[in-house]
Amino acid sequence: MPTVAPLDLEGHCVAAVFLDNVPHFALADGAVHRLDNGHKTMQANDGLLAAFHDAANDRLITGGEDGKVFAVRPGGEVAELASAGKKWITSVAAGPQGAIAYASGKTAFVRFADGKTKEFAHPRSVEGLAFSPKGMRFGVARYNGATLHFPAAEGKPVELEWAGAHTGITFSPDGAFLITTMQENALHGWKLADGKHMRMSGYPGKVKSLSWSVKGKWLASSGAPAAIVWPFASKDGPMGKAPLELGTRGNTMVTCVACHPSQEVTAIGYEDGMVIAARFADAKEVLLRRPGKGAITSMMWDKEERRIVFGSAAGDCGVIDITA
Amino acid sequence: MSDAQTQIPVTVLTGYLGAGKTTLLNRILSENHGRRYAVIVNEFGEIGIDNDLIVESDEEIYEMNNGCVCCTVRGDLIRVVEGLMRRPGRFDAIVVETTGLADPVPVAQTFFMDDDVRSKTKLDAVVALVDAKHLPLRLKDSKEAEDQIAFADVVVLNKTDLVTPEELEKVEATIRAINPAARIHRTERAGVALREVLDRGAFDLSRALENDPQFLEAHDHDHDHDHDHHDHDGHDHHHHDHTSDIHDVTVKSVSLRGGEMDPKKFFPWIEKVTQMEGPNILRLKGIIALKGDDERYVLQGVHMILEGDHQRAWKDGEKHESRLVFIGRDLDEERLRKSFEACQAA
Repeated sequence: MPTVAPLDLEGHCVAAVFLDNVPHFALADGAVHRLDNGHKTMQANDGLLAAFHDAANDRLITGGEDGKVFAVRPGGEVAELASAGKKWITSVAAGPQGAIAYASGKTAFVRFADGKTKEFAHPRSVEGLAFSPKGMRFGVARYNGATLHFPAAEGKPVELEWAGAHTGITFSPDGAFLITTMQENALHGWKLADGKHMRMSGYPGKVKSLSWSVKGKWLASSGAPAAIVWPFASKDGPMGKAPLELGTRGNTMVTCVACHPSQEVTAIGYEDGMVIAARFADAKEVLLRRPGKGAITSMMWDKEERRIVFGSAAGDCGVIDITA
Repeated sequence: MSDAQTQIPVTVLTGYLGAGKTTLLNRILSENHGRRYAVIVNEFGEIGIDNDLIVESDEEIYEMNNGCVCCTVRGDLIRVVEGLMRRPGRFDAIVVETTGLADPVPVAQTFFMDDDVRSKTKLDAVVALVDAKHLPLRLKDSKEAEDQIAFADVVVLNKTDLVTPEELEKVEATIRAINPAARIHRTERAGVALREVLDRGAFDLSRALENDPQFLEAHDHDHDHDHDHHDHDGHDHHHHDHTSDIHDVTVKSVSLRGGEMDPKKFFPWIEKVTQMEGPNILRLKGIIALKGDDERYVLQGVHMILEGDHQRAWKDGEKHESRLVFIGRDLDEERLRKSFEACQAA
């Protein structure tokens, strides 16, 4: 029977992650709480808007209302990486070789590990950022499509067009596909080898959470009363195939998904705070946490695949131990 | 989801550069009114007040991918409102300042079309600042100045000290011709009482129209005036309006009045009108008496977005009458009137 160790905080949890196996909770007010032999707190941004877990470097990159970018490391170290003026930093991402990207208004910035920074101006707002897992390449979600930049080299960016507002972006773990979330209730995808389009629609709500399963065979998504899980194992991705619908509930929506690190299982968080795990093969479900005060906003599995850290919009966060 | 108790009211401030928006914003931020405002501006510009809750945002207009040209939202507002609402304890209300040339429609539609924004905030009113001296020129060289007035719930007619009483009368008559439903306040240095621009509930169906007697009176007072305007606009004949030089006005209003409506006819009709005429309708407001219904039905719309609800019981002795105002362009008044009247209960 899974057990939940709750941590009741004040405010909206933007990111709940493990850093060096210690649960960390980054809240919208910029406080980062951690359960490290007791409850400890440190301060990152003055108003934290965006966070990205940099798995390769075991750190959390945050951006905020103060126009600054911080790196939160295990043990309570908070370091300012960049400052972009008075405007909000609305999106952050981490990439290969210690590089990070952040966006403010219409400009995307890449900061390399040596501290050198490069600016990428766009005609419209930068809505989302993601690095490709391979090579020094990053994608920008924007109005009417996505733009691919190669920050380590000179040369023109690659423009991928699709009408509508693209708000978030992710690459498949093998780098073959680029997927965006849209202002309308849909995902859009490009197969990068040939630019082929993929439309994934039918969601009753906006898709705000995406998670790739082990080896990128599936892409789990929120935005419906069930977790919508698209098959990406074949070379053309999900085209012409129906997605799995896991953990369907009648009276609430899925707000967060987090795939298991090694098995074809996803943790599913709901608007009412409930968390379950569901297996892709047979859709079997296990209840992990009963409904709470707020929508689940963030989840992550630990390396030992034993615990899930979760955060909510109302601040009722915690750690689920599935082996206990 | 949309709990009226926790929805934060949003005031939209439009107006040309130099009309007095910054002066009004500075007053909103500095006067002691007991409420805290988050302000979303296009540029920090001349706001001389240091405040964490002034957010600079690039006006970002997104067309929705549904084939409807008038379905536009402000993408940047969706993001900023989402960010602000994650820490709701910091402020009581939001003010959005638009750029001088801004079309007010995408701003307003954001609060109806985006589910996240809609669940957390509610549009309170659209306030247009107008420079009394420069309005005639503005109307000549842009469509936006007219749109801003046509779309407004409250018009602050500012810089009245820079014009003669005659010029002022003329400017006010022009504003009235564009938008008979708006409240007009004459001011110098944007010196309007803040309660007249904030917390108006102009989009709140339970309050709209109720606290807006001007909207109802306007029909009677401006009826003839509207007619002149209409003829003039259609260029049927060269009839000169003596009080207002409204050559550059392309927006017009159509005020309809009727008895009790047959709901089986009225609802399909208003749906159809907003579907077909949506792109031409800037605003619509109405109070409808439905046959066999002892409550008033109130309606409001922006382009193709239509919202309606029961408001309150008809009072004893209150005349069961239906009133509807459209403000827009290229509206066929005759056809609207006839088809509206055809919806009346037998």
